Amino acid sequence: MSTKIKIHYKKKDIWLGFWLILPALLAIFITAFFPLIKTFWDSLFSFGLRPGIVKRFVGFDNYIRLINDTRFMTSLINTLIFTVISVSLEFVLGLITALILNADFALRGLVRAAILIPWAIPTSVSSQMWKWMYNDQYGIVSQILYNLGWLAPGTPILSNKWSSMFAILAVDVWKTAPFMALLLLAGLQTIPSELYEAARIDGASGWKQFTKITLPILSPTIAVALIFRTLDALRVFDIFYIMNKSVETLAVYNRHILMDRAFTGAWFGYGSAISVVIFLIISIFAIIYIRSLNLKFE
Amino acid sequence: MDLIKSYKTKKRIGKIILYIFVIIMLIFYVFPFYYAITSSLTPNSELFSKSIKLFPKNPTFKNYILVFTERPFHQNIINSVIVAGATTILSLVFGAFAGYAVARLKMPGKVLIMSLILAVSMFPQVSILGALFQILRNMRLINTYPGLILPYIALNLPLTTWILHNFFKDIPISIEESAAIDGCSKFMTLWRIIIPLSAPGLVTTGLLTFIAAWNEFMFALTFMQLPEKYTVPVAIAMFSGKTFYELPWGQLMAAAVIVTVPLVALVLIFQNKIVAGLTAGAVKG
Repeated sequence: MSTKIKIHYKKKDIWLGFWLILPALLAIFITAFFPLIKTFWDSLFSFGLRPGIVKRFVGFDNYIRLINDTRFMTSLINTLIFTVISVSLEFVLGLITALILNADFALRGLVRAAILIPWAIPTSVSSQMWKWMYNDQYGIVSQILYNLGWLAPGTPILSNKWSSMFAILAVDVWKTAPFMALLLLAGLQTIPSELYEAARIDGASGWKQFTKITLPILSPTIAVALIFRTLDALRVFDIFYIMNKSVETLAVYNRHILMDRAFTGAWFGYGSAISVVIFLIISIFAIIYIRSLNLKFE
Repeated sequence: MDLIKSYKTKKRIGKIILYIFVIIMLIFYVFPFYYAITSSLTPNSELFSKSIKLFPKNPTFKNYILVFTERPFHQNIINSVIVAGATTILSLVFGAFAGYAVARLKMPGKVLIMSLILAVSMFPQVSILGALFQILRNMRLINTYPGLILPYIALNLPLTTWILHNFFKDIPISIEESAAIDGCSKFMTLWRIIIPLSAPGLVTTGLLTFIAAWNEFMFALTFMQLPEKYTVPVAIAMFSGKTFYELPWGQLMAAAVIVTVPLVALVLIFQNKIVAGLTAGAVKG
């Protein structure tokens, strides 16, 4: 009798669960998993998006072509350089910001709210804001650099590969260091103050307290924040697309092939191969991410 | 005596250094936004002069008027409100349903379902861009609101499902049990009791979703190809002047301020909740 009721309830649960989960699963299958499978399938063909281009099966030829594509290799290297530098700068600056916000000072709540501003501004908007500050004639950053004599007057910051890379890095760090800081601040606030008091009584210096107490306890948060940001940096598109088209990242190059060239020639299959490679690169990092989070659902 | 004195001065110096750091930090994070505001209020004659301008000598609202009269910017705002609004509501509904099922119902395959949903948050968007474009084109959804809302829901479901799932788990199960004794069905319990109880969670999650959908650029750029269909980020990225060479920077900054001020206001009002939501979404394992 009692088992019967149990089974009855479970069945009901399963059906209700099925209907509750269905909309979410449908949405992600139609707009995420199905396109992903289709991308892989498309990468085995040579074709374009304009009608009249003959579609033919080429196997893994598109992938082999990638190795000799210097523009692809350059964009890969650009993306990796950007990722390493931006994530490390964001981490250092985010940590400094978090440590300052963790200290006791007047109007702390207001300051914490204020640093959320860069995070809230759409990337496309902040890219344009900074592009104006970098303007070679009238931009404030350019003017300051000219006045300091660090840059010859009239030099456009955004047209040289390396200066624009640094300019873009500055924008990205400005935009995402606050996010990093908030994650780290949440971690900092879980450290009991008794630990520091005990260390102070034992005569430990500030630096020693930082390396022996703060960093070890904070390390899981740091790991998550770093991997989280790495995944984002590898996908970077908006800032590079808007601020400068002469330095390409993987995403910018990929979109150029898929959306510009695929309408003029048989480039879509090749673009799909790039998409698959980007997906694989990011998957490697994502797997590390999942492992480090150790997801549990019960 | 001397020891105490030196300790006190040391402490005071420490405080001063701290405040200097706070001020430098504030300037770094807030200055670009401030500079956009002053630039938007500066007349062109002053704006395009080779001097450092920290505030306008003759402030004007002309740029704000021109942004609406010279281009369909109000239409771009309406587009963004519709797309981000619909995305938020639908993601919350779908995310609450899925989050509740995973948090509370006894059913097989929960880990798989949650992993599938969370996997989407790590997808490089560009990897599905081309295929999604073809699919939407076949469904005749390019340049339509649903064509943007549907992908946005998928992009945001990981966050909504995850945060709401955590919220639902924290609600005492005894509340549901007493509702069941009173003859309330599970769906009714979710609708009438669990959802109202998690209102704070819904507000936080909704806000994060809204900001994410409002700010999204790559899909909007690709799936909305007519200027009157552009969302705000695309309209601002595609900003152009009457001539090819001169961009109307004052107008552009006015547009930037118009779309940023509501976001900044929301963030400042709900900052505690946003911080909690962001850290819950990213850190909670």
